[in-house]
Amino acid sequence: MSQIRFTKDHEWVLLDGKIATVGITEYAQSQLGDIVFVEVPAAGKALSAGGEAAVVESVKAASEVYSPVAGKVTEGNAVLPDAPETVNQDPQGKGWFFKMEVANPADVAALMDQAAYDKYLAELNG
Amino acid sequence: MVPFAGYDMPVNYPLGVLKEHLHARAHAGLFDVSHMGQATLTGKDIAAALETLVPGDIAGLKPGQIRYTLLLNDQGGIIDDLMVTRADRPDTLFLVVNAACKDGDFAHIAAKLAGKATLTRHDDKALLALQGPEAASVLAKFIPAAARMEFMTSREDSFDGVPVRLFRSGYTGEDGYEISVPNTAAENIAKALLAAPGVQPIGLGARDSLRLEAGLCLYGSDIDTATSPVEAALSWVIGKRRREQAGFPGAARIQKELKDGATRKRVGIKPLGRAPARAHTEIQDASGKKVGEITSGGFGPSFNAPVAMGYVDTALAKPGTKLNLIVRGAALPAEVVTLPFVPHRYVKSKA
Repeated sequence: MSQIRFTKDHEWVLLDGKIATVGITEYAQSQLGDIVFVEVPAAGKALSAGGEAAVVESVKAASEVYSPVAGKVTEGNAVLPDAPETVNQDPQGKGWFFKMEVANPADVAALMDQAAYDKYLAELNG
Repeated sequence: MVPFAGYDMPVNYPLGVLKEHLHARAHAGLFDVSHMGQATLTGKDIAAALETLVPGDIAGLKPGQIRYTLLLNDQGGIIDDLMVTRADRPDTLFLVVNAACKDGDFAHIAAKLAGKATLTRHDDKALLALQGPEAASVLAKFIPAAARMEFMTSREDSFDGVPVRLFRSGYTGEDGYEISVPNTAAENIAKALLAAPGVQPIGLGARDSLRLEAGLCLYGSDIDTATSPVEAALSWVIGKRRREQAGFPGAARIQKELKDGATRKRVGIKPLGRAPARAHTEIQDASGKKVGEITSGGFGPSFNAPVAMGYVDTALAKPGTKLNLIVRGAALPAEVVTLPFVPHRYVKSKA
């Protein structure tokens, strides 16, 4: 069974067994605006929780994408470097950034669930 | 909204930076640039007076003609870049300066020209820019004479009965106008222009990407008091007569740089990959030695690739020179290119 979780930095993480898919949320893409460049990590790269994992740049500015939990990259989304606009079009689907084997699946469960993230967004938009 | 020079400015409107940028190049974009400083300078020998502060040929301006020039300090550094317009009256010049510099500029000019000129700020005036290939046809619906103006000329006219001053100039590389209007009428005029077919509001984000593609300097980023006109590749603003006669601040240094060249130069830089290089990115030569810094950089929506400008050692300023940009610790290949990235499309003089 898969579960979706969210970080305060507006990454989403979908866990399926030990493999997590990570991307940025609809809210994040809407705040960034038109995305013109994405750099995804290569398979095998070790990631720490909260560590820099990927880069996303809009016309406005460059931003880091952080790893929600510790683990090792199994795949970067090869579509994004050539079609960065995919992140705007489908941030929580085809616009995923990378997949990783998580060190401890319980770390994912500890993140915000959909209801908690929605509440967090509501507070942000005060 | 973001704070900018003491004003709350929109980075973008609902269209978003990318679409706003492309819209302004394809149709017409309306920019609220009311934060910029406007003033009138009057005096009996006003052109000669202003020429003691700027290197441009002001005396040679015909009535209604606009010139881009630079306020210089005694070291030849750039205090601000500005537009100077000769009004129809020979004793009057109209100035438009940068928002962040306006208090300093106006104080500087008033102090330096005390007894020779009177500076009157127009804080009661707003400034709207209408830019793009459809700007002329849109504005002509309200002011028929607008379409007949030559580029870099100005005229007084009225917009639905409101007195305005038009400047056929801009900061996008496109044809267009800047329109000085009374604050009290600004909202109505903006709404009337926005209601015209083909016009969209454009925010600060696209204003920056448009001017960067056009190779135009942003004061405070690409030029400042530490850069000279020659270093900034703005030698063309120094009039022929002024080069010979000097008589502007920092003339000794600038004349020497005109003759011998400066040690560094502002150039266009094209990153060869897809990653943009932002301001303050270190520039290295092939051997890994630091040779300069990016001063403006981002993604060019019309160029459809990253674009940048920065300063490099003059020996490396030739177009085609290969450089490396240090982005997130990695050396990304780039090359020096001729500015602008997107050709200017100013209206040609009909004369």
